[in-house]
Amino acid sequence: MSSKKTIALVTGGSRGIGRAISVRLSDSGAFVFINYHHNEKAAAETLRIIRDKGGDGEICRFDVSDFTATQEAIRNIIEKKGTIDILVNNAAVSVDGLFVRATEQDWNDTIDTNLKGTFNCCRAVTRHMMKQRSGRIVNISSVVAEGGNAGQTLYSASKAGILGLTKSLARELGPRNIRVNAVAPGFIETDMTDSLSEENRAKIISQIPLSRPGTPEDVAGAVAFLVSMDADYITGQVIRVCGGIYT
Amino acid sequence: MTVEEQVKQIIMEQLNVTEEECVPEAKFIDDLGADSLDLVELIMAMEDHFGLEISDDELAQISTIQDVIDYIASRQ
Repeated sequence: MSSKKTIALVTGGSRGIGRAISVRLSDSGAFVFINYHHNEKAAAETLRIIRDKGGDGEICRFDVSDFTATQEAIRNIIEKKGTIDILVNNAAVSVDGLFVRATEQDWNDTIDTNLKGTFNCCRAVTRHMMKQRSGRIVNISSVVAEGGNAGQTLYSASKAGILGLTKSLARELGPRNIRVNAVAPGFIETDMTDSLSEENRAKIISQIPLSRPGTPEDVAGAVAFLVSMDADYITGQVIRVCGGIYT
Repeated sequence: MTVEEQVKQIIMEQLNVTEEECVPEAKFIDDLGADSLDLVELIMAMEDHFGLEISDDELAQISTIQDVIDYIASRQ
């Protein structure tokens, strides 16, 4: 690593997978901006964990689904730190339920945060990354983007959109040394999966070749790899962190 | 520096071309070896330098160095 501090932004960094990614990037030496929307306490807790381990960062509130607010927040980061090297688009909502009962609002909420949020953040960093001739973007998708899942039609659609965005953006920005990849987690134990019944949980786990649910740290490891120099020739790819469940 | 000199300076830096190559009728893509991404970056550099915004429609009208000079002169 160069002497200059690497600057990273993790959206939805307050809890779950986003928290693990924030901590892991800090472990690798980055100064991490922990974005959150509602839960300031949880974001502060992520920062506390980072500082306890000797790292540093900052919490930063904005709604990724708001184009203008996102542009402004990321411009502030670049002005303050002089750069942004790593963007991890992790912020997501999941409005699960049977499609036949899905509302327009459910669709809009899901697409606005998950897919448009990814667009908003990518759009806000590309100009700077193009100028500096380097950048690393990792978008968090999901195995349901490719395999589908009953009850998660809207979520799957938003996560599949992220894969198309990732692959096209990788092609477009490759000549400027900006790498864009995706990580597709499988069944990872977080607040988002807490609502599942014990029965459903057991059923899912029985289908996982590695016979256990994943942890946020499992996902964070793949993200840390993709933004590292070890992955310097990897762009436009999807790494599935799913214990082999993908079909 | 005149607008023309400033424009040429930015083009030389952005596209890594010589002053001799920067003749007014030089086409960015055909003569100066720029690709679409180079052209967008060049326009962004012009926007930053002259403090203006060039829309996509206006960008489509720009193909030579003279086009840029004329455009910027008309906006000042």
